[in-house]
Amino acid sequence: MELTEDHPQDGSAPAAVVPPLRRIVVESETVPIRVGDYAGPPDPNYGRDPWQVGTGTEGEPVWVEERMRTEDLSIAYGDNRAVKDVSIEVNSGEVLALIGPSGCGKTTLLRSLNRLVELTPAAKRTGRIILDNQSVDDFDVTQLRSRVGMLFQQPNPFPMSIFDNVAYGLRERGSKKPRRKILEPVVVDALERAGLWDEVSSNLNHPALALSGGQQQRLCIARSLAVSPEVLLLDEPCSALDPISTSIIEETIVELKSEVAIVIVTHNLQQAARIADRVAFMYLGDLVEQGAAGQVFGAPREERTQDYVGGGFG
Amino acid sequence: MSIEVRTAAPGPRPSLVKDPTDPRPTPKPSAAAAAGISHDTGWSIGDKAGLIAAWVCGISLCVIAASIVLFMAWKGIQFLHLDMLTTSPQASLDQSANGGFLDPLVGTLLLTAIGIAFAVPTGVAIAVWLTEYGRPAGLARLVESGVEIVAGTPSIVLAIFGLLVFQQSFMGIFSFTAEGGAVFGRSFLTAGAMMALIALPLVIGSTREALNTIPRHVREASYALGKDKASTIRRVLLPSARNGIATGATLGMGRICGDTAIVVILLGASMQTTPESGFFGLFRGTGSTLTSYVYNNSPAGEGNAPDKAYAAAFVLLMIVILLNFVVSLIGKRKAPQWN
Repeated sequence: MELTEDHPQDGSAPAAVVPPLRRIVVESETVPIRVGDYAGPPDPNYGRDPWQVGTGTEGEPVWVEERMRTEDLSIAYGDNRAVKDVSIEVNSGEVLALIGPSGCGKTTLLRSLNRLVELTPAAKRTGRIILDNQSVDDFDVTQLRSRVGMLFQQPNPFPMSIFDNVAYGLRERGSKKPRRKILEPVVVDALERAGLWDEVSSNLNHPALALSGGQQQRLCIARSLAVSPEVLLLDEPCSALDPISTSIIEETIVELKSEVAIVIVTHNLQQAARIADRVAFMYLGDLVEQGAAGQVFGAPREERTQDYVGGGFG
Repeated sequence: MSIEVRTAAPGPRPSLVKDPTDPRPTPKPSAAAAAGISHDTGWSIGDKAGLIAAWVCGISLCVIAASIVLFMAWKGIQFLHLDMLTTSPQASLDQSANGGFLDPLVGTLLLTAIGIAFAVPTGVAIAVWLTEYGRPAGLARLVESGVEIVAGTPSIVLAIFGLLVFQQSFMGIFSFTAEGGAVFGRSFLTAGAMMALIALPLVIGSTREALNTIPRHVREASYALGKDKASTIRRVLLPSARNGIATGATLGMGRICGDTAIVVILLGASMQTTPESGFFGLFRGTGSTLTSYVYNNSPAGEGNAPDKAYAAAFVLLMIVILLNFVVSLIGKRKAPQWN
């Protein structure tokens, strides 16, 4: 954890951290999963200042800070309430996994965070979603979405070059401006953080759709990172990928969590156990239980959670 | 030196007869077999006749297509001389003195260009509105019906309607106005505008099809990067639909090239291209195309120069076949694919 030096121990906000360059070892069979211990659910102090949730592998503190929060959020499609009175916070420094059976509302919850759910004409929302102590309705929707990025089930690069894909979010409207020279450092940085730079550095002008599925998905991560989001929403990002690509993406997610708050929807409980720090279990639109990953999987408080995770985790 | 020949793996071959020591249960015979119903896989007489009919029809179509091309090629090459492509038609009943068909050839190209220049932007705009907006739904259905009506209207009806519209006095700038104030209504522009209506449904159809194959999550990925609908359409959707748009445009060009009715009624029926004065004089003037030239010189027309008609028809056929070839080339180009 590179946060140590920049983090004052008195609990004040950390200075901006520049992430180190990273190299993916494609051959690695196991991915480093958890960093140190995770002390448990956030303390009552949440949402105000960064708080320490545990210590990293070398004894350094691990910090968490609230980014987003929903308050009594309900979303209905017509008469069908897909999400019911959900209050949950999304913190930087940790990965939040939303788990639950199909149709339990986790994707709807995820899509509400960047107001993508509003594209569905019948969707109605009550309750509040807060980003930086401000309701998301107060943001211009395009500005909100550049602060809350999203990754989809299917890799979906645009039919243009690798460079143009990453630069897409940075360019104004339909134009080619700003020029490539100005964008280049940002694009390279985003590709490095997504762990794709080594593989594509020599062919930035090649069409993005010629990449493999796993590379395409990492390109989509880079594309989101290029607009420097504070929150990254992942909707089953590995469901279309093979195991090796999946482990690379998981490694990328774990490395990104110190910079970006990450929410991941997954049907794969093993995946949630591997990468999530905090897990929220949803069932029929209700947020049944949320807590540290170890607690939800190891000692769930609710019977419904026990029934759901029990199969895989005994 | 010996060459080792590898045969199948050594050892006993798996027997088809069930090993009596095999503990697995023997599969039960199916209920149908038990009841004595046999599955006769033979073809009935009707099926055989149908199959033969399908073969015969398919092959005869090939024969018909081949005879059209071969006959036109035989006639065309027989009468076609390169200087016909470079000389204007002359008024003469003598086939050796009535010139070539430079003007109709240029007229076909010009009219196609004008028609497609109107049809592609309009058609793409309509297709984008239908697939990406399409609200209120009633209006969208209305637009769809409108497209279908335009597609189904015979071109002679479009032509006569076009004449009606463009002969209105305020439409004078599109053709020429006679001394008494009567508007002629016939010009490359007015014919091109009606030709655009012929190509329009094809452009709309293939553009819509291309847009509909783009998965929803691709659009959402663009929105999720903070882009609005306009930039998404312009930077993501239209480039993805490029092949579809090109296919529609090329098919439309083929239709425009081959249409006769609009040319006869709306292009003024002057064998030679006759520009009006002024900067856009060529567009406001009258002329002819290969189709009207063929019609005029066929035994049914006034010119009665069948040799020239065959030569021009051959050139027209070549243009249309070339356009079809372009369509299939575009179809082979890789369209962006997700999943």
